[in-house]
Amino acid sequence: MRKKPLQKVFLYIALVIGAIISLFPFYWALMGATNESGKMFSSSLIMLPGSKLVENIVNLNEQIGIGRVMFNSLFVSITYTILALLISTMAAYAFAKFQFKGRNVIFAIFLLSMMIPYHATVIPLFKMMAALGWLNTYQALILPNLAYPFAIFLMRQNMLAFPTALMEAARIDGAGEWKIFWKIVLPSMKPALAATAIFLFMFQWNNFLWPLVAVNTTDMYTFPVALSSLFGLSRIDYGQVMAGVSLATVPIIIFFLMLQRHFISGMLGSAVK
Amino acid sequence: MKSNAVIGQQEKVVVNRKKMKKQDIVPYLFIAPAVILFAIFMAYPIIASFILSFQTSQGGEMVFNGIANYQRLISDQIFLKALGNTFLFLAIQVPIMLSLAIILSTCLNSALVKLKGIFRVSFFLPAVTSLVAYSIIFSVMLMEEGVINQVITSLGADRIPWLSHPTWAKVALITAITWRWVGYNMVIYLAALQNIPEELYEAASMDGASKIRQFFSITVPQLKPVILFTAVLSTIGTLQLFDEPFTLTGGGPSDSTLTIGMYLYQTGFRYFDFGYASAVAYVIVVLIGIMTFIQFKVTGDK
Repeated sequence: MRKKPLQKVFLYIALVIGAIISLFPFYWALMGATNESGKMFSSSLIMLPGSKLVENIVNLNEQIGIGRVMFNSLFVSITYTILALLISTMAAYAFAKFQFKGRNVIFAIFLLSMMIPYHATVIPLFKMMAALGWLNTYQALILPNLAYPFAIFLMRQNMLAFPTALMEAARIDGAGEWKIFWKIVLPSMKPALAATAIFLFMFQWNNFLWPLVAVNTTDMYTFPVALSSLFGLSRIDYGQVMAGVSLATVPIIIFFLMLQRHFISGMLGSAVK
Repeated sequence: MKSNAVIGQQEKVVVNRKKMKKQDIVPYLFIAPAVILFAIFMAYPIIASFILSFQTSQGGEMVFNGIANYQRLISDQIFLKALGNTFLFLAIQVPIMLSLAIILSTCLNSALVKLKGIFRVSFFLPAVTSLVAYSIIFSVMLMEEGVINQVITSLGADRIPWLSHPTWAKVALITAITWRWVGYNMVIYLAALQNIPEELYEAASMDGASKIRQFFSITVPQLKPVILFTAVLSTIGTLQLFDEPFTLTGGGPSDSTLTIGMYLYQTGFRYFDFGYASAVAYVIVVLIGIMTFIQFKVTGDK
């Protein structure tokens, strides 16, 4: 018992140092966005908010067209999240709550595919999109990962616990199958749906390799691709780059902070079960 | 096979044969969109790239050339270098990251700590950031004149050539990846820690075991299945490593941070050698299979 205060001090020191290391790059990016390039390379560790934010954003806008990039990223991510959530949840429902021929085999194939690297699909997908004339289109960005095995797995784990008796009661009352799914099962799945939605949204918002391959005109760039192109320029204005990084990061952080309880508990659920 | 629905209304079955038929196709309707999309955009590409890996381009046409792509890989010095780099990252980065995550989660789980929620969110925030965005932030911080070297020189040491020296570039990449993923793994361990019965610790305390002793003889063994889970996930992630080296170091200097994932992108989309790139992809597939199998063998049987 005597040792407790000392232990506590060490614990807090370790955790605070950890938290500072975790958060410092965010602070640096935000401060960088409000200062001129040189400030990031001056000898002070503490960078204060500067007055160049507007100028940096204006410059960035000239370079990549923020409005367009933001629209592309939002449109692709939101459409994708809604469709993928619906498709994955429907499949998860069947896997969790029905007995049917081939169920275990199909589910096992979905699970196994999680081990196949994304890279193994990129080249045939590229050839497919090129053949369809779909390069540089939204469907090329949205379609490929709509059936996302991890989302199906996550939703299925959460649906296993749903009482089958409720579904049967509704059936006896004459409710249609779709109505049972939509009106009875889904409303009780809100936390799991939120967790899966955040997961899907983050996946698509941050997705890089596929957009890099599928899109090569600047008006179709998503945020990661635009940022990466900015970074490839011969003369780099770092204030502008940091403004771009901040604009790409702040929305997802806000989104995450709003729903973080669901997300962390949803992740916890899937990991332990 | 009977559907649950059918069992629920057995009395009616005899009367209503037609309805039973309808019930049977319901689950198929629910999985149909996922299965169709999966078949087109996952299963087909996986098979197609396997076939592509035995082909080469001749005058714009893909023709079979047997295992020539794979033979070429064995003697391809750049590929071998990328393979070596990837395994080096795997062997160094994954253990560091998972150990840090276990230590952090144990600290956070301790009854002594207040403000758990704030710490948890702080540690998890890096895992929300896009791989490209954080790689850019790190590359700016790690430049010759960047903030990290400013700190180092203010402590009296020499500047470190983070991104221009082969060894330091590897260190930089490992540091960045660890920063991004520790919190993610920590959250998974936190969940598992909640499931360790408190009595185990109480009994150990009564026997006079120190906190550190308890960590190694209770926490770590109890976490074993979850450690395996995270090790498999991290292995798969590392073998596919692409976004970070692409943005942070561009694979350089002199290919010292080139990964298999990057080499695949270069051969596929810079030189448009689809057959050869597909062979690289299948090397990644096979490696993931082997590594996962080994990890299950090493930790699984107990």
